[in-house]
Amino acid sequence: MNAPVVIERPGPATPKTAGAPGGAHREVHARPEDFKQRSHESVNDPHLRSSFRGAMDFLIERRAVHFSDLVAFETLRKLGEQVRQHALSKLPELLDQLEAKLTELGVHVHWAETPEDANRIFLDIAQRHEAKLMVKGKSMVSEEIELNHVMADHGIECLETDMGEYILQLDGDRPSHIIMPAIHKTKQDVAEIFHEHIAGAPLTDDVNELIGIGRKALREKFGAAKIGVSGVNFMVAETGSIVLVENEGNGRLCTSVPDVHIAITGLEKVIDKLEHVVPLYALLPKSATGQAVTTYLNVITGPRREGERDGPREMHLVLLDNGRTQAYREERFRATLQCIRCGACMNHCPVYTRVGGLSYGTTYPGPIGSIISPHLVGLKSTRDLPTASSLCGACGEVCPVKIPIPEMLMKLREAGRHSITQSMTPPTQALVGQGEVRAISEAMAWRGWRVLYSHAFLYRLFAWFAPRLRWLTPAWQGGWTKSRTPLKPAPKSLRDMMADRDKRRR
Amino acid sequence: MNLQDHDKRARSAIFSRLRGASAGKPVETPDVAAYFRERAQPAAGESRRERFMRNASNWRAEIVECGEAEWPARLADVIARKNLQRIAVGRNTSIGWTLSAMLPAERLFWYEQDLAEVKAELFNHIDAGITTTIGGVAETGSLLLWPTPAEPRTLSLIPPLHIALLFEDQIHETLFDAMREHQWAQRMPTNLLLVTGPSKTADIQRMLVYGAHGPKELVILLVSRKAQEAAL
Repeated sequence: MNAPVVIERPGPATPKTAGAPGGAHREVHARPEDFKQRSHESVNDPHLRSSFRGAMDFLIERRAVHFSDLVAFETLRKLGEQVRQHALSKLPELLDQLEAKLTELGVHVHWAETPEDANRIFLDIAQRHEAKLMVKGKSMVSEEIELNHVMADHGIECLETDMGEYILQLDGDRPSHIIMPAIHKTKQDVAEIFHEHIAGAPLTDDVNELIGIGRKALREKFGAAKIGVSGVNFMVAETGSIVLVENEGNGRLCTSVPDVHIAITGLEKVIDKLEHVVPLYALLPKSATGQAVTTYLNVITGPRREGERDGPREMHLVLLDNGRTQAYREERFRATLQCIRCGACMNHCPVYTRVGGLSYGTTYPGPIGSIISPHLVGLKSTRDLPTASSLCGACGEVCPVKIPIPEMLMKLREAGRHSITQSMTPPTQALVGQGEVRAISEAMAWRGWRVLYSHAFLYRLFAWFAPRLRWLTPAWQGGWTKSRTPLKPAPKSLRDMMADRDKRRR
Repeated sequence: MNLQDHDKRARSAIFSRLRGASAGKPVETPDVAAYFRERAQPAAGESRRERFMRNASNWRAEIVECGEAEWPARLADVIARKNLQRIAVGRNTSIGWTLSAMLPAERLFWYEQDLAEVKAELFNHIDAGITTTIGGVAETGSLLLWPTPAEPRTLSLIPPLHIALLFEDQIHETLFDAMREHQWAQRMPTNLLLVTGPSKTADIQRMLVYGAHGPKELVILLVSRKAQEAAL
């Protein structure tokens, strides 16, 4: 494949009001509760729409080049699915093995049930080393625990070093895509951000120069930081290895230069054998950015060994639960944990493309976010996310590990509206927020419908009156008439029409 | 409660939730070897060497082809052409010996101290780092790096140019072949790397720029050995 050099049409700068208004430092804590309002705003923002449309079309095309042979793709992704399902089927055992292996290598393994737990672990390590600066490679789990903000509250700077994340951090913004975090920014936006926040940075919208400015500003920090933080793409139980996939080299710098390396990830990321990395690595970059391979596959096995000149002297791994065990315990939601965070589902999602990543108000946006977030923060606040889908099925079709996302969206819709006792297919255990989306009016309507349709006399009565009283149906019917014409009974019921036909035939 | 106790409590709570879950259907151990055996094999019209070169060049690696006896001369060409003043290299490596015979001592930086002591030098005053490789991967045009005390991992990372020595007979078809043949799983080093081209980013408006945080350029000296040359 040719290394793509893509020159985008310049287009107007993304307005600062994308998502919530509020200038450069907009509201940091976006809430999933506001999904509808935010998506409404985004849909009406032509710049944001065209920026996402362009980016998603680009990513869709790039990916398709690699998976043009659908049979080959299916074979590979079945293997990817099997690797992840196999690992999940023996998750406790593999975590045990991983921990033992890492401990043997001299890595400190920490367990965190909640984001608070995880932040406490970071803080403790930082304070022990009197660190005032951490350099961080891209990690969605660190976003999940709001590491940067919590560390800042304790006077510790946690600096993003991935170019996209760095731009967002300078601007006080959030990632709108898990792979291309600053996809909603134009080069003009970046030019202004760098000029404003980096001392001595000239105002230029030449992308080569901009990257050069970022590179220079961050290089000084890699050398100065005592602690390097990274995420994890895969953990190998067999060898105790941590695998990082990246293009920029900042992940390598964060895990090679500082004296202390802290990796943080969700506990579901473990796989059994080293060779199981191969199919996942074959799927991940192609699905994510349409690259056959990334610049670096960085496999780290323990801290610096005797005689070595570089690499961290102390290494920590923080394994976060934060709702993952809840998804694990429910077999119908377990497949959520197969995810390798490629972002293909959001790239192909017609809803995500229109509302943008920031509308979701969650760490993980898009279809995969809609099925993960209810486990992380409960169904109550994320009630609208499982409905942010047309159920077109594209997310499930492109998923490199075959997560049945559309099915899970349906199951979450059901779980939101029905408590365990109300469920047609009762789950073994309630989700956090199970049944909380239940609306009395809606429940009453369904109950009425059930009574009507299960009593012959009532039904006939209804069927006789409805067409005759259709002129009484109101023009305003709540949410339905916001963008649809009102519902009206037919002038003649099917029963009457059948009776008429029979009469004519006789 | 101190942190260790907290860790322990969290650990046992997490494990009890995981162990309390139904195991679900057992899943067979994935057979990665079978996948690679059964999938479409590379086109016959192209040699492994050609495939490696095509893929590596696509990721903007610069390839310098040479025979076993000529790589020092070719390396000298690269150094002169790119005007490299200070070059970092591991002492007591084949490259180190070769370079010390070719270049004045002040142009060589022996990476033999702790990174902490040479950080400023390495970040600011070195034009290139030269390393060996343990092989390559034809399918993706990648290099396999196995850093050692003599060739630390940052040697291929911090200087703006990375020059790598690759022997043609060490190119594998796939990452999986390399992994199996070298039996990595039994003897993992602290750091093992698959490197494909110079570092890059497309984070600003999806425009691809080389030289993000790692090297801006990658030069591969692709060495064919005598036995191979004779066979050809």
